[in-house]
Amino acid sequence: MELVDKMLAGNEASLARLITLVEREAAEVPQIMSRIYPNLGKAYSVGFTGPPGAGKSSLVDRLTAVMRGKGCTVGIIACDPSSPFSGGAVLGDRIRMQQHYVDKGVFIRSLATRDSRGGLSRAARGAVKLMDASGKDFVLVETVGVGQTELDIVEAADTTVVILVPEAGDAIQTMKAGLLEIADIFVVNKADREGADGLVAELEKMLHQSPKQEWWQVPVLMTQATKDIGVRELYESILKHKEALEQTGKLALHRQRQRRSEFMHTIQQRLVARILKLVEREGSMVTSLERVEKGDIDPYSASMEILNNKNLLRQWLAELEQEN
Amino acid sequence: MAEERKIRVLMAKPGLDGHDRGARVLTLGLRDEGMEVIYTGLRQSPEMIVQAAVQEDVDVVGLSCLSGAHKTLFPAVVEQLKAKGAEGVVVIGGGIIPKEDVPFLKDSGINAIFGPGTSVKEIANYIKENVKQN
Repeated sequence: MELVDKMLAGNEASLARLITLVEREAAEVPQIMSRIYPNLGKAYSVGFTGPPGAGKSSLVDRLTAVMRGKGCTVGIIACDPSSPFSGGAVLGDRIRMQQHYVDKGVFIRSLATRDSRGGLSRAARGAVKLMDASGKDFVLVETVGVGQTELDIVEAADTTVVILVPEAGDAIQTMKAGLLEIADIFVVNKADREGADGLVAELEKMLHQSPKQEWWQVPVLMTQATKDIGVRELYESILKHKEALEQTGKLALHRQRQRRSEFMHTIQQRLVARILKLVEREGSMVTSLERVEKGDIDPYSASMEILNNKNLLRQWLAELEQEN
Repeated sequence: MAEERKIRVLMAKPGLDGHDRGARVLTLGLRDEGMEVIYTGLRQSPEMIVQAAVQEDVDVVGLSCLSGAHKTLFPAVVEQLKAKGAEGVVVIGGGIIPKEDVPFLKDSGINAIFGPGTSVKEIANYIKENVKQN
């Protein structure tokens, strides 16, 4: 694949096009991924998640400046939501990262979530890999503004940073499951606002009451991204977490788990797409769908009718044999 | 697998010009037409715009200029896109562009100019017709 060779040689447009192909779930994606596979694992990926307006993009921007100062190259993947109505999207994270636009050591890509519901674009994991293969030292992944359960970021990043703001809520909010469980590092941004000290205290109390991890104590940092306060400390915290992961062998384990889940997801996704294609061609899907819509049959029985359809399975097998 | 083909648009304000109402209205309008619109913010140099267009692998670059510098800035964007091998990108312009400047801009490689009063629908249709489905 010429495109992959050009990307590996440092061509930006090729990297950009490869990410587009992953976004489109193009037929050549398996081929691309197998070509870059030997080049993977060198970049360290950091995920940033938190509610809308917490300052994720601004922190990523400032952190990138620190990383560049250390001579590291940086890839940034910024996700914003797609409209469930039109399918369109406004991607505006880049606007906070203008200082890096013409820096050859920084590659920024905005991704719309399209039909994904986990706070990340489905293409994000593939984009992380492509940026890794292209030789970036760090890949920073920013989720859409999330609530409590959009946790796909854990599958895409080595270290997960959860960014909150003083308005984030009281002690009960911080005890709930989800977002707060995935943090390797907590950041309370906009720390000059009222309530910041209180939130830090609440988070520390919550962490204190959770079962202790011997190998890593989740830190709670205070930052003011737009004033560049606390950003260096965040960078150092990320490095410390990386070191702890490496020393305990947890990084390998974490990446092993990510590969497993990616494998399962890919099978699931491709399987569903294949079956739906068959069913649509058969026409039985259309009939079932009409009956379900009219209320003649419940959706569960209708779906079992399709999944238990022996002709469909036979047809599938025949097609597989032809392909091989 | 079914390939989903989304049109990606970069909306940019080149030069020293703070009037972004038009660019914002169009950003939202094109989103409602099902496009993915990257808004890069104010006071962009042609270099910044082109770098963003390449990294974002967009199909369209929309330039909005109300400062009078369109004859310098718009062609500079087209030239630098070409230099980066991104000549397939459709470049459209808007803002306060005198009619007599339009032929020059078109000769310089800007595909279309849309002035005040143009409907979002018209621009969306132009984009849909002119983006190559590659």
